[in-house]
Amino acid sequence: MAGSLSLVAAGGSRAAEIPASGSDHPQDGRLPSRPSGLGEPWQVPAPPSPTLSELFATSPRDAGWTGFLLAQADRSKPVLWVQDRMAIVESGRIYPPGLGCGELIHVEARDAKLALWAMEEGLRCSGLSGVIGELWGDPAALGFTATRRLAVAAERSRVPCWLVRLAATANLSGARMRWRIASMPSIANPFDPRAPGSPAWEAELFRARGHQPGRWGVAHEADTFHLAAAPGRGTLVEVERIRA
Amino acid sequence: MERWSRSSEFGPDDPVVLTIEGTHGPIIHAVTPAAAERGARPGSRLTDARAIDPALVAVPGDPAGDEALVERLARWAGRWSPLVEVDGANALRLDVTGVAHLFGGERKLVADIQTRFAVAGLSTRVAMAPTAAAAWALAHYGNAAAVICGKDTGAKLADLPVAALRLPPEATRTLERLGLKTVGTLAGIERRSLARRFREADNPVDALDRALGRKPEPLTAVPTSRPPRALLKLEEPATRPEAPSQALERLIPDLVQQLQRRHLGVRRLTLIGFRVDGSIGVASVATSIPSREPKHLHRLIADKAAALDPGFGFDAFALEANWTETLASAQDSLVGEPSGQREVARLVDRLSVKLGSDKVRRPQPHESHLPERASGWRPALEKAEPVDAPAPVRPQRMLDRPEAIAVVYATPEGVPRRFVWRRAVHDIARVEGPERIAPEWWRERSTARLRDYYRIEDQTGRRYWIYREGMISDGRGGLPEWYMHGLFG
Repeated sequence: MAGSLSLVAAGGSRAAEIPASGSDHPQDGRLPSRPSGLGEPWQVPAPPSPTLSELFATSPRDAGWTGFLLAQADRSKPVLWVQDRMAIVESGRIYPPGLGCGELIHVEARDAKLALWAMEEGLRCSGLSGVIGELWGDPAALGFTATRRLAVAAERSRVPCWLVRLAATANLSGARMRWRIASMPSIANPFDPRAPGSPAWEAELFRARGHQPGRWGVAHEADTFHLAAAPGRGTLVEVERIRA
Repeated sequence: MERWSRSSEFGPDDPVVLTIEGTHGPIIHAVTPAAAERGARPGSRLTDARAIDPALVAVPGDPAGDEALVERLARWAGRWSPLVEVDGANALRLDVTGVAHLFGGERKLVADIQTRFAVAGLSTRVAMAPTAAAAWALAHYGNAAAVICGKDTGAKLADLPVAALRLPPEATRTLERLGLKTVGTLAGIERRSLARRFREADNPVDALDRALGRKPEPLTAVPTSRPPRALLKLEEPATRPEAPSQALERLIPDLVQQLQRRHLGVRRLTLIGFRVDGSIGVASVATSIPSREPKHLHRLIADKAAALDPGFGFDAFALEANWTETLASAQDSLVGEPSGQREVARLVDRLSVKLGSDKVRRPQPHESHLPERASGWRPALEKAEPVDAPAPVRPQRMLDRPEAIAVVYATPEGVPRRFVWRRAVHDIARVEGPERIAPEWWRERSTARLRDYYRIEDQTGRRYWIYREGMISDGRGGLPEWYMHGLFG
């Protein structure tokens, strides 16, 4: 992980693959070799074994985290996706054609308590490749004990679990990794400079076991994550300095 | 009559008649013994009966309620035999072939039926005979309250009036005019002469044959194969709320054994609790793949069983696999790990039981261009229908209902520049589109407008899917409106 990050300033291999286009980000001007704003391959800091990760969306009207999560999720086996009612109303129901291939079971839970119950049931089932649960706000049912239960269940059955928190505050939690995800202006579209390109996110890992917390601007293209310039922060190098 | 008398203020000795509306005024439907003594007969007009005895009390009857009661009793009578049929307005037919020994013999079975109906406040006339027609005749026209006959059916029937053969009224009247008043005399007549006189389908010869078993008369409700079913009778009515759960512990192994023998797996399982007052309590669960694993079945139905209301107490339970599918004995793998697919199916069962089958769903694509119709959902318990769906660029999330937004755009068909969604202004940095989706004219009204979808990104990088409904010049309404429909990840 640290190895791939140290290469940030030097690499230039991907620049050839991406045709130069009229840059939409004035801040990219400081990196002339990389007009698309795409940097070195980046490896997601992953826990050594499947466990519970918590993911905070910076705003309920920002669905960027969906792309970030799906890009790293294993879809070889069915995924259980639990949404509570408020999450569906406020930031939309998941839409299978946009989620790529892979089996999916969707659960619409009335409240956080039932959503947590469904997630825990899912975590007992080794036939799943992941459990994703979206909860709105800070429900009383979601205390430290509840998250700890999820973490233990996930570790026991070796099924990764993502707890997505919308419009929530980062209280005490038993999650092993805690992320905060926000959308970033996308990578320049090689075919149409005025159109959105591959999505990019500002990912902040603010608590992790066995990893250093950090903050990255990342994009996902051609099935791999790449570093990208964070908005308002200038270049990739600067991102790296903030992290260090 | 008895249903009415259970909830009325009149004593048993009052001359009361229940009436229904006939073409020429009220007709007597049922009478109390006291009224019968005073000359009231079911079927006669109320005015005629009043002429004989003006003191008769007339109460409007409720035939629909009676019918409902008989149907409810038919379900309750499932405790004695799985094959029960409502026969006419006031009779139940039970196929008790091979059942009697479970209750300690035919005599005890009949006695059990009588006492249980008596407890429920209903008088019965029970007849058990080799044929359904003979049983009907004996129950309706026999002298005793309970009759059991075997080989001597012919002799027992001989004294009954010909009406017991259930012939059409005209045929009965003809026979009576000919002086053939009892079944015995009718049986003594030569067949050929009878057959010559009665040529229509419902003739006395046929009726006699049916009664004596020379002609088959199956119960119409006979299913070709009976569903696997386990039965538990309790010595005393159980009013404790945990009784159904305890009954399950006994019933499930029994049912699973039957399923194993027949190589079946359960898709729907029903626990029926028979209450002492003649009502039943039902708990039912469904599974996504056939299963006969005791632990899984128990876990599914346990919660619903525990919620059954014992009322005055359960005195019997039946666990029935109403819907089964063939399930060969299978070994998952040599190391004994449960297969993933089956694990997932069990998970779906558990979730569906608790949350409801409409809340646990899998994607089901449909052949349509409208985004909300193209991607439907089906209950995860149901099987998928294969569909060839194209894969255009679509958002990861969609709002259940598109939300109206205010958009600044270059009219008439320019790209959007800025929009207000949920009271916050978003400046649009990048746009791709439009993707034009025409209304499905074969499904929608002619005023439905086309949609121009745009993939947009605001200045902070959030990506949305918005559309403009209609064009200014399409003649289907005023200015086009804009809607927020999806969110990209």
